[in-house]
Amino acid sequence: MTPRRFSAANIVLGAGLAFLYLPLVVVMIYSFNASRLVTVWTGFSAEWYGALLADRQILDAAGNSLMVALFSATLAAILGTAAGYALARFGRFRGRTALTGVIAAPLVLPDVIAGLSLLLLFVAFEQAFTWMPGRGILTIVIAHAGFTMAYVAVIVQARLAGMARDVEEAAADLGAQPFTVFLAITLPMMRPAIAAGWLLAFVLSLDDLVIASFVSGPQSTTLPMVVYSSIRLGVSPKINALATILIVVTLALLTAAAWIGRGAFKQK
Amino acid sequence: MSRPYFTETWRRRMVLALPWLWAALFFLLPLAFVVKISLAEARMSVPPYTDLLARVDGAVVGLNATLANYQLLFSDALYVKAYLSSLKIALVATAFTLLLGYPMAYAIARAPAARRTLLLVLVMLPFWTSFLVRIYAWMGLLRPTGIINTALQTLGLIDEPLAMLNTPGAVYLGIVYAYLPFMVLPLYARLEKLDPALLEAAADLGARPWRAFREVTLPLSLPGVLAGCLLVFIPVTGEFVIPDLLGGPDTLMIGKVLWNEFFSNRDWPMSAAVTVVLLIVLVAPIMLFQALQSRTEIRS
Repeated sequence: MTPRRFSAANIVLGAGLAFLYLPLVVVMIYSFNASRLVTVWTGFSAEWYGALLADRQILDAAGNSLMVALFSATLAAILGTAAGYALARFGRFRGRTALTGVIAAPLVLPDVIAGLSLLLLFVAFEQAFTWMPGRGILTIVIAHAGFTMAYVAVIVQARLAGMARDVEEAAADLGAQPFTVFLAITLPMMRPAIAAGWLLAFVLSLDDLVIASFVSGPQSTTLPMVVYSSIRLGVSPKINALATILIVVTLALLTAAAWIGRGAFKQK
Repeated sequence: MSRPYFTETWRRRMVLALPWLWAALFFLLPLAFVVKISLAEARMSVPPYTDLLARVDGAVVGLNATLANYQLLFSDALYVKAYLSSLKIALVATAFTLLLGYPMAYAIARAPAARRTLLLVLVMLPFWTSFLVRIYAWMGLLRPTGIINTALQTLGLIDEPLAMLNTPGAVYLGIVYAYLPFMVLPLYARLEKLDPALLEAAADLGARPWRAFREVTLPLSLPGVLAGCLLVFIPVTGEFVIPDLLGGPDTLMIGKVLWNEFFSNRDWPMSAAVTVVLLIVLVAPIMLFQALQSRTEIRS
C-alpha cells in the first residue's frame, strides 16, 4: 500500500498546518505596519519596536517574567527529574500509582483551579507564619514549578524508559557506588531530556497568565499580565511588535535546543 | 567491592521524598484549603473570609462552617448554567479538535519516515509560542475591521462587516486552534506504533482501505483518541482566556465566572465553592486520564 500524495488525510494536514500558522504570520507582518490602524497597511516601519523598547512597564514586566521563568524552570527540572527517574527506574514501588496521579493531574488541571488553590495556601501561610514574605516573585516561582515539573517528569521518564540499563548494571558490577553510577552514567543519559524539560518549563512559565494573576503581588506584574490588560482594550501595533519578538525568541530558543540536542544524541 | 553508603530502600526514599513533599505541600494541601475556605463566609478583612474555628480569647470553642456558598451555587441559575454550558462547549470543541486532529496525525504517521519528525515539529511549534499571542492573533483576524472582514468587503462579497469576534463560533475556533497540538501528539504516538503488516494482512484478505481503517486502524488507535480528548476536554472545561477574549457577553463558562467572582466581586469563599464543584465535575475524567497514563507507562 503506497501512501498517496493527495489523500484526504494529507489535504487535511496541509489545511491544518496553514490554520496553525496563518494567524501568526499575519501578526508578524502587521507589526511592521506604519499605520496606527492595525489592519490598514500604509508602509513598512519599525517604529512600534522602538515604542516597545521605550515602554518601562513592559520592560519591567519582561524582567519579572524572565526571572520567574529562570528560577521556576530550574526548580521544575530538579523536581521533575527526581520524579521521572523514580517512575522509570524503581519498578513497581509502593505509592507508585499515587505518585503518577499527583504528577499527571497538574498537566490537565484547569489553570483557574491551580491559581486559586495556591493563592489560598500562600495567604494561609502569611497568616500562620508572620515571617513569610508577601506574595511576589517567589510565590509565582513556586506555582509555576508546580505545574511545569509534571512536563519534565514525563519527558525524563520517557527517555529513561527507552534506554537499556546494561551500562548502569555493568558499572555497578564493577564496583561503582550507586551515587557514582547515577552521576557518571544515568545523569548524562538523562541530560537531553532534562534540558528539553527545562526549556519547556521555561517557555510555559513565560507564557502563563492565569496562575500568575492569582498568586502575584502588587510589585510582581509579569509580561502576560501586561499583555492581557492591554489586549482587553483592543488590538494595538505595539502588541503586534511584542508578539513578533516573543515568536522569534521562542523559535530561536527551540532551534538552539534542537541543535544542542542533536549534538548530544550524536555522541551516543 | 565497596559497600554503598545507604541501603537501596533509603536511597529510593530520599529520591521519592523530593517530589512527594512538593506535591503534598503545593498540590494536595492547597486543594484542602480550597475546601476549607469554601465553607467560610466572605467579609471585609484581610484575608477576606471568616475563620472556620470560632474562638473566644484565642481558645477554640466551636466550628463556624457554613454550606451557604453551596446552597447559593445550586439555587442560582447562573452557576448551574455556567457549568452545563462549559461542559457543552468543552465537549463540542473536543469533537471538532478530534475531527481535525485525527486526519493530521494519521497523515503524519503515514508520511515517509524522514519527513515525520519535521511534520510533527511543525504541529508542535505553535504550542511553544505564547498562548496569549495566538489568541490575540485571532482577535486581529476576526474583528469587524479585521483582515477577514476587510478582505471580504474589498472583494465585494459582503457589504457590512460580519460579526465574528465575541461570538460562540470564535470561542470554538480559539479552542480548536489552541488545543490542536494536544490532540495530535497522543494520536500520532499511537498511530505511529501501528504495525503496517496488519493493514497488509487486511488488504490481502480483501478489505478495502476504508474497511481496513475502520476495523484495524481505528480500534487500535482508540487509546490515543481517549488520551487526546481528555488532554483537551479537561483544561477546556475550566478555560478562562479564550471565552474572555474571543467570546461575547453571552458566552457563559465557569472559568470566567470563577475569575469574576474572585477578581471583581472579591468573594473568596464563593470562588472556592465554585472551584470545589468544578473539581468534583472533573474528578472522573482526571482519574481516567491518570489511569491511562500509568497504563501506557507500564506497556512502554
